[in-house]
Amino acid sequence: MSTPTHDPHSGDRPDRGTDTATPGTDPTNPSPASAKGTADTAETNPAAVDMDEPPAGGSFARYFLRKLGGAATSMILVIVLGFFAFRMLPGDPVLKIAKERPMSPAQIAELRSQYGLDKPVIVQFWDYLVGIVTGDLGESYVYRKSVSSLIGEYLGPTLLLTGTAAVIAIALGLWLGQLSAWRRNSLFDKLASSTSLIFWSVPTFWLGLILLMIFGGTLQWLPTGGMITPGLDPWSPAGIIDVITHLILPVVSLVAVVYAQFLMIMRASLLEEMSEDYLTTARAKGLTEDEVRRRHAVPNALLPTVTVVFLHIGGLVAGAVTVEAVFSWPGLGKLTFEAIRGPDLPLLQGTFVVFSAIIIVMNLAADIVYRFLDPRVRRA
Amino acid sequence: MSANTPAVDGAKLVRERRLNNAKKNWALFRSDAPALIGAVVLLFFIVIAIAAPLIAPASMLDVTQQLDVPRYAPPSLDHPLGTDDLGREMWVRILWGARVSILVGVAATVMSMLIGTIMGLAAGHFSGLFGGFIMRIVDFFIVLPSLLLAIVLSSVLERGVFTIVVAIGLTSWASTARIVRSQTLSVESRLYIERARILGAGHSHILFRHLLPAVMPLVLANTTLTVGGAIIAESTLSFLGLGDTSKESWGTILKNSMDVSAATSGYWWYVLTPGVAILLVVLAFTMVGRAFEAIINPALRSR
Repeated sequence: MSTPTHDPHSGDRPDRGTDTATPGTDPTNPSPASAKGTADTAETNPAAVDMDEPPAGGSFARYFLRKLGGAATSMILVIVLGFFAFRMLPGDPVLKIAKERPMSPAQIAELRSQYGLDKPVIVQFWDYLVGIVTGDLGESYVYRKSVSSLIGEYLGPTLLLTGTAAVIAIALGLWLGQLSAWRRNSLFDKLASSTSLIFWSVPTFWLGLILLMIFGGTLQWLPTGGMITPGLDPWSPAGIIDVITHLILPVVSLVAVVYAQFLMIMRASLLEEMSEDYLTTARAKGLTEDEVRRRHAVPNALLPTVTVVFLHIGGLVAGAVTVEAVFSWPGLGKLTFEAIRGPDLPLLQGTFVVFSAIIIVMNLAADIVYRFLDPRVRRA
Repeated sequence: MSANTPAVDGAKLVRERRLNNAKKNWALFRSDAPALIGAVVLLFFIVIAIAAPLIAPASMLDVTQQLDVPRYAPPSLDHPLGTDDLGREMWVRILWGARVSILVGVAATVMSMLIGTIMGLAAGHFSGLFGGFIMRIVDFFIVLPSLLLAIVLSSVLERGVFTIVVAIGLTSWASTARIVRSQTLSVESRLYIERARILGAGHSHILFRHLLPAVMPLVLANTTLTVGGAIIAESTLSFLGLGDTSKESWGTILKNSMDVSAATSGYWWYVLTPGVAILLVVLAFTMVGRAFEAIINPALRSR
């Protein structure tokens, strides 16, 4: 796991620190490097048993268990953090509710026991753990509904929004990135790199506001918020088209900030491949430049890129928080935004745990995909 | 300071070498046009941030004193950047916002760099259980988007500029730790570290006398690049309503603009100006940071 891997990307892109769309994620992401490391050990260790034919299933199971263990640790940390962070709060949520409407001390005490706030912290923690396992995340102070049902209700739109944005951003970023690297220092490359640099330097929500202003406000071409015009059936043809028109602006804002990152990663990765000898061999074979690129260089450059790209989807999910707030998209991000405004702590706690779980699962998926993509590790 | 003894000559040599290095680096920096422009932009914003009270007294932000100023006045000669929903001049708000935005960006970055360097050095230097434990923590912070953690932190702590700094600083150090760790690992394998170890150097000697100086240049270049991210993070948290509403920051202005639906009501200057300020400053930090990085890591220059 601890091979000092030289990172080809770190120099080519600025580090964004914390941002919605591209949160402090440095492209030196853990998994490609660690996956490579494990791949090495997986190849050398079983070799002690049989040099040529290591057991096919065994090393994968070990790799899988290891990654699963890592993901489980992260999830436990999230759950623990989710509990204790919200107990650090100096204010008393029940008193806050009580301030908004007249309540007798008896009513306040009842509210306390209703939310379980009168029990010792350790008992509350146990209830919280049992709740998470059974899918009960408490009750929202503001909505007066169970957090799980709220999250269930708002999860779909978020997946639709981030899923669409992810597919477009990945396709666009990888495609422009490989073109950019192949025509390094051309006008196209400079244009692509500087555009991505600019998109990178703005907050996602600001881009959303600008798009909203131009296309929703001034030109009035597209709806300014929501997911569907009220009264329309989302599964009718007119409804689907209506959802798509609502989807355009939020998706474009998310894509604009994120594709740049994918572009730079792909570009750096392909540049790294371009000095390799096998490309000279491919050219000597008589392949055209296009064929060399498409059949030899790009597939190899894709390998490290895909995993890194997968890992950046966490950033996309975080970007959804502000974009959904700007476009009133009825998803988890909007729910988080409302929870902050409340402040509705059980809801915030719930969205935090669910968002984190989604990202951890995506990450685990990336690790497993990498294992299957890398021909050096894959065996029959 | 007499130039007779050999010891002083040695010091002089070192001084000359450093001066020459500095000259060379300055020449490299100067030949990088975007970096120079970035430096000028940064200088401009830092000067106006410091001089804000002199250029525009705080009373210009006082809502009660703007009663005869038109609301939502578009940019004109009288109101260079327009006015907001309470009749305050946008340019004054941008000026005062620069103070908090840049301060938070820099302070959060310093904090993030400190944590990142310590964790990265520890993860790279110590092997075994302790190093593995640190790496797990780093991995956790890399996997989870820092914004998510920052939202949680800043919503449970008391609202304020300091909270925002802590929220960003505590959650954005993981990428630095990662870079520092890989650099530590590559330095650790060099012969002079082994030599020091064989001569009996302890952990603290190796960490502070050898590893820290070796990773410092990298950290410094990274610092400049990270400030931009921290400024964006500050604006995002303020936009979500987690900032200090009593203090002007570019994120707060954007939040106010959203509260009055400026984007859909045609008050374009209200939305545009704070964003452009963020864009300029972040871009400037990035340009300067890239130039620093190229000076430190010559391998990048060819790209």
